[in-house]
Amino acid sequence: MVIAGIGHTAFGRLPGRDTVSMNVEACRKALEDAGIEKGVVDGLFVKVPTSRFESMYGQKVAEAMRLQPRVGGVWDQGGATNCSTIGFACMSIAAGLCDVAIVALADNPKTGTRAAYERAGGDDAAYGWFGVHAGYAMIAQRHMGEFGTQAEQLGAIAVAARTHGANNPHAALRLPLTIDKYMESPWIVEPLRRDDICLVSDGAAAVVIMSEARARELKVAAPVPILGFGQGHTSWDVPQRPVMTTTAAKVSAQTAYRMAGIGPADIDVAQIYDCYTIAALMTLEDYGFCKKGDGGKFVEGGNIQLGGRLPINTSGGLLSETGMPGLQMVMEGVRQMRGTSHNQVKGAKKCIVSNQGGVMTTHSTLILGV
Amino acid sequence: MEAFPAPERTGLNSAYWDGLAEGRLMFQRCLACGHAWLPARAECPECLRAEWGWEEASGQGRLVSWVVYHVAFHDWFKARVPYNVATVELAEGPRLLSNIVGDAALRIDMPVVLAIEREEGVALARFRAG
Repeated sequence: MVIAGIGHTAFGRLPGRDTVSMNVEACRKALEDAGIEKGVVDGLFVKVPTSRFESMYGQKVAEAMRLQPRVGGVWDQGGATNCSTIGFACMSIAAGLCDVAIVALADNPKTGTRAAYERAGGDDAAYGWFGVHAGYAMIAQRHMGEFGTQAEQLGAIAVAARTHGANNPHAALRLPLTIDKYMESPWIVEPLRRDDICLVSDGAAAVVIMSEARARELKVAAPVPILGFGQGHTSWDVPQRPVMTTTAAKVSAQTAYRMAGIGPADIDVAQIYDCYTIAALMTLEDYGFCKKGDGGKFVEGGNIQLGGRLPINTSGGLLSETGMPGLQMVMEGVRQMRGTSHNQVKGAKKCIVSNQGGVMTTHSTLILGV
Repeated sequence: MEAFPAPERTGLNSAYWDGLAEGRLMFQRCLACGHAWLPARAECPECLRAEWGWEEASGQGRLVSWVVYHVAFHDWFKARVPYNVATVELAEGPRLLSNIVGDAALRIDMPVVLAIEREEGVALARFRAG
């Protein structure tokens, strides 16, 4: 299977745009990028907008594009949805359920509604437990206590994303960050600072999936092979996880590596879901780039910046390009494999992409390669 | 000003909140497999059976992790920042969210003991350094 085309809207503030409209724009651009006509599309896999849940949303998007998909619908794994739906699309094509699939996502929490992001406290609200930040902060504190992870090491992830994002004309936040400025950034929920937390952005993205043979028939210009994918999921509530500092990223990556027949040493560039710096740091550990607990040391000294040992989030990720949950990481993986990134890793042949949702609750992985 | 976000009582969890009001921290234990858990649920999450009973916790636990809110996400807590919210694991196994009271410096895995406090007439399962 290959990713035949990618497309996206502007990122940031898109006032007045509804998510169906944004999805249509992203799908049109992805079809243009693949150089194919809408008529060949017979699979439509959509992530339900996090900003507003609505029933049978996938068919609303299909209607807006006058599509009658043989396979369609919405999936909800939060931010993990996209790499997962790409996997579901690959399996559907392999099983003959469809031939050419679009995977799409649109969200407008910046200018629309973000009510769904404000997690209900439930009975724990009586103790002052609100919002998603605190779940990540709870995990970060445990990681710092168990392994000695330092604030500056979380900061190195934010600095890398912001440095890369500053070079990306599509990035919503193109303001480079230094470690000193990071350390001055105010606490939100300690041990997390403002600059540990991703952007809130409107925007949409879409990718086109088909077999390599179909891509040849349709004369797709720059198909990027999908080498492997995987998923893993854990409990909804952070306190209920027996181990807080290892995530479902581990099993997800193992599945994807096995399918691809490669390991972490073969990866040249990585797009690691960075809704919070701690999520990226732990994913690097769980993906096997270093030992559990050594993530802090791994990200130091420019190791994860362009020119370093493993450049990550070369378009700026969620911390700088757009807070959109997930597909921007896939699209940047495709650009790296095509050699067209604004922060191109020279000679990169293998890229791993992570997506995750909730509070490290759901996870999915994609390995792209040339 | 938003009101205190009092816990919602249900048929399932009323024994938990009644217990705290009477000075006891209760948890559920499966009569079939012995697994112990919180928060209240109708089936044992281990063996999935629905035969269970309430037991009183010793009040001993350990601090799994904690956070400090510097921003309030609800009016009721605006005057309280910075305040902590902690994950506590009871000696019997169940875990719950709580607050750690007192001035002791916090560290992961430190022992803590139950220190029930009332807020707006609701008894809450807080803890202090043990």
